[in-house]
Amino acid sequence: MNKEPLFHISKRSAVPWYVAWIVRGCAVVLALIVCAAVTVLVTGENPLNIYSTIIHGTFGSARKIWVTFQNVAILLCISLAVTPAFRMKFWNVGGEGQTLAGCLAAAACMITLRDALPNWAIICCMIVSSIIAGAIWGGIPAFFKAKWGTNETLFTLMMNYIATQLVAFFCVVWESPKGSGQIGIINQKTEIGWLPVIGGQRYLLNILVVAVVCVLMYIYLNYTKHGYEISVVGESERTARYVGIKVDKVIIRTMLLSGGICGLTGLLLVGATDHTLTTTLAGGNGFTAVMVSWLAKFNPIWMILTSFLIAFLGRGAGEISKTFGLNQSFSDILTGIILFFIIGSEFFITYKINFRHGGKKESGV
Amino acid sequence: MELRHITKRFIGKVVANKDVSMEIRRGEILALLGENGSGKTTLMNMLSGIYYPDEGEILIDGKKVVIRDPKDAYALGIGMIHQHFKLVDVLSAAENIVLGLKGKLDLNAATAKIKAICDQYGFEVDPKQKVYDMSVSQKQTVEIVKVLYRGADILILDEPTAVLTPQEADKLFNVLRSMRDDGKAIVIITHKMHEVESLSDRVAVLRGGEYIGDMMTAETNAQEMTNMMVGHSVTLNIDRPEPVNPRPRMEVTDLTVRNIDGILKLDGVSFTANAGEILGIAGISGSGQKELLEAMAGLQPVERGDIEYISDDGTKKKLIGMDPLKIQELGVVLSFVPEDRLGMGLVGNMDIDDNMMLRSFRQGHSLFTDRATPHHVAEQVVHDLEVATPSLTTPVRRLSGGNVQKVLVGREITQAPSVLMTAYAVRGLDINASYIIYDLINRQKAAGVAVIYVGEDLDVLVELADRILVLCGGKVSGIVDGRKTNKRELGMMMTQIGGTQHE
Repeated sequence: MNKEPLFHISKRSAVPWYVAWIVRGCAVVLALIVCAAVTVLVTGENPLNIYSTIIHGTFGSARKIWVTFQNVAILLCISLAVTPAFRMKFWNVGGEGQTLAGCLAAAACMITLRDALPNWAIICCMIVSSIIAGAIWGGIPAFFKAKWGTNETLFTLMMNYIATQLVAFFCVVWESPKGSGQIGIINQKTEIGWLPVIGGQRYLLNILVVAVVCVLMYIYLNYTKHGYEISVVGESERTARYVGIKVDKVIIRTMLLSGGICGLTGLLLVGATDHTLTTTLAGGNGFTAVMVSWLAKFNPIWMILTSFLIAFLGRGAGEISKTFGLNQSFSDILTGIILFFIIGSEFFITYKINFRHGGKKESGV
Repeated sequence: MELRHITKRFIGKVVANKDVSMEIRRGEILALLGENGSGKTTLMNMLSGIYYPDEGEILIDGKKVVIRDPKDAYALGIGMIHQHFKLVDVLSAAENIVLGLKGKLDLNAATAKIKAICDQYGFEVDPKQKVYDMSVSQKQTVEIVKVLYRGADILILDEPTAVLTPQEADKLFNVLRSMRDDGKAIVIITHKMHEVESLSDRVAVLRGGEYIGDMMTAETNAQEMTNMMVGHSVTLNIDRPEPVNPRPRMEVTDLTVRNIDGILKLDGVSFTANAGEILGIAGISGSGQKELLEAMAGLQPVERGDIEYISDDGTKKKLIGMDPLKIQELGVVLSFVPEDRLGMGLVGNMDIDDNMMLRSFRQGHSLFTDRATPHHVAEQVVHDLEVATPSLTTPVRRLSGGNVQKVLVGREITQAPSVLMTAYAVRGLDINASYIIYDLINRQKAAGVAVIYVGEDLDVLVELADRILVLCGGKVSGIVDGRKTNKRELGMMMTQIGGTQHE
């Protein structure tokens, strides 16, 4: 009467990294197949067309390639920013707000100082103030966590809304033209406070800056004493105290860094690409970055790959919706399917499922 | 009950149990012996439904059964009492006992049934008492009543005496004997030989996941059982060399500590730890041992009192109110092997190299960490202490308990400390590993280190320590000479300040 369970789930030992990446690769392929199937069901298009649309949307022209890389750069930069906090098991989901704080500071310098200082001084002010603004936005929840043990996830999340509202408020204060409630392109004629364009490519500066941040972050996390302290605090605060690491100090310092890099991203958005200020400037990247960082197991180098993957799939999904005359919701559905598979693949990397032994049928019972 | 050809494999190549066949008889107390990692707990977990065997079958009263989960185990009358109690603190004893049972909740009927069980076997349980008000031994009693209430007639106890005083253990043994006489089958997992000898009827030995054999307790002795367990012969005596040139090293006066909830954990504790000597600290668990060591290591805020370090030239340095970093900067090398090895002493997810770095990573002014030195230290420790590890890059949480402890003790000793504090240094370690640790501690003592050894096994304390400080409810119950005292006396002092004078 009793039967063995149909299957039981057990934890795998360490999987070699290449196996893990094969599993993830399979997940992406499966995701694309399911996406195609769904699209075919809805639109009746040839699935091959759908794939080519995805590729085309991402790499179709020089401009599209540059935009893709720009998206990757911004996403990667915020992902790099939240990573030290994550390594410390400080769940900073406030990347969005910290980036917006940086955007706001940069825009404020461009608007309020444009007649007061020379251009180079304004750019210096923008760099400093946006990084400080992001750092403050990240530092406040860290301070509360360190002193009173508040929950950092809720706190950083709520700080996002405050940042959005602040930006909305200043959009009205600085509106241009009057009555529009929008800021429009800041200093369009004078180009004051616009970061320099390198090699005639508008997005190249961002990509280079993020590449440098990426390498520095990798070194910081893996080879410096600070990076080591972050890892110890993340793994066990008691161990950290036991060896004399000042946990409060590390939490605050790391979040200042995390927020500061988010602020830098804000500077790049306002100063180098968009030259404007809106509440949606960060475009949800602050949240997507959480996933990028997780998928890369908090490794800055792998993060180049995961941020590229996510940006690529996101743009592909958007292109499908556009090309086949579907609205934004459809691309959200596709993105959802893709993320489901990618995150789901982590389960199969960590666990395995043992099915009931085929040879041991309970024929006699 | 019979087990036939049980095999359990874990992740990778680890075989926790290999083709184990054994029987458990009614009306008998079976002691299950084996070193760490020999698969005792895994085997018993398969009986209680926590794991599922990969191969083999289980028979009860000659009938084949399948145990898929703990519910199945209960239905078959198998109850396990784990090392870590699984009780809800805010509920009463009776509520805990009926928790999770199907049917209507009738606390009065339950209370009556609990009373009946207690009377039958001689337990003392107040069904209305809340668990948070209970001592460890009372909690354990509730756990046992809980499985009896559910109709268990096969009881498995995983190291039940680890947290009890000798007196409490004796009481437990009496209860177990009366249950045996009632026809129940009892399996007890333990490391302590004298318990096996005094309690069990039969001994079964596991080694490396394989069943080695069984014998009647009356026909064997501790030496033979140990040899069977380890696989070769070992000596069971702990060395206690005479202290060389003992001189005061740490002076603690009137140390008083409250925990976060404001409860007094240490009350006016004063003592001196001598260099070149082992000061044993005995006490029921939770008597303030943890707070004492943590206060000395600078990890525990102190209400009042003084902690002074006395250098070789006689100068005194106040350590009170300092954090570990400041103590280190003062030039005082305090080594501390905490009770919670992976939660405090080491970082479980880091490899041996990185764990070695914990103590030394601040050295030098460079912004970057020096990885070469800790790597050499790691190689040295692994080599000297014979740490069994696949590689230096294996996360330490994957190592067995004994090897984790070797890594921790190895790192602490590498610092060349002048004071070495250890909390439950051999808890959960098998005989071989324990003796390696005793030997390391003795070598530190010979090198002129002041060793403070918090222990739970009184047999070891009276053999290893030069002096023994007994804590009782946060107070010093007395300090006795390790060479002149005995277990009885210590047990008395653990439960009562100063012990009782009658003989």
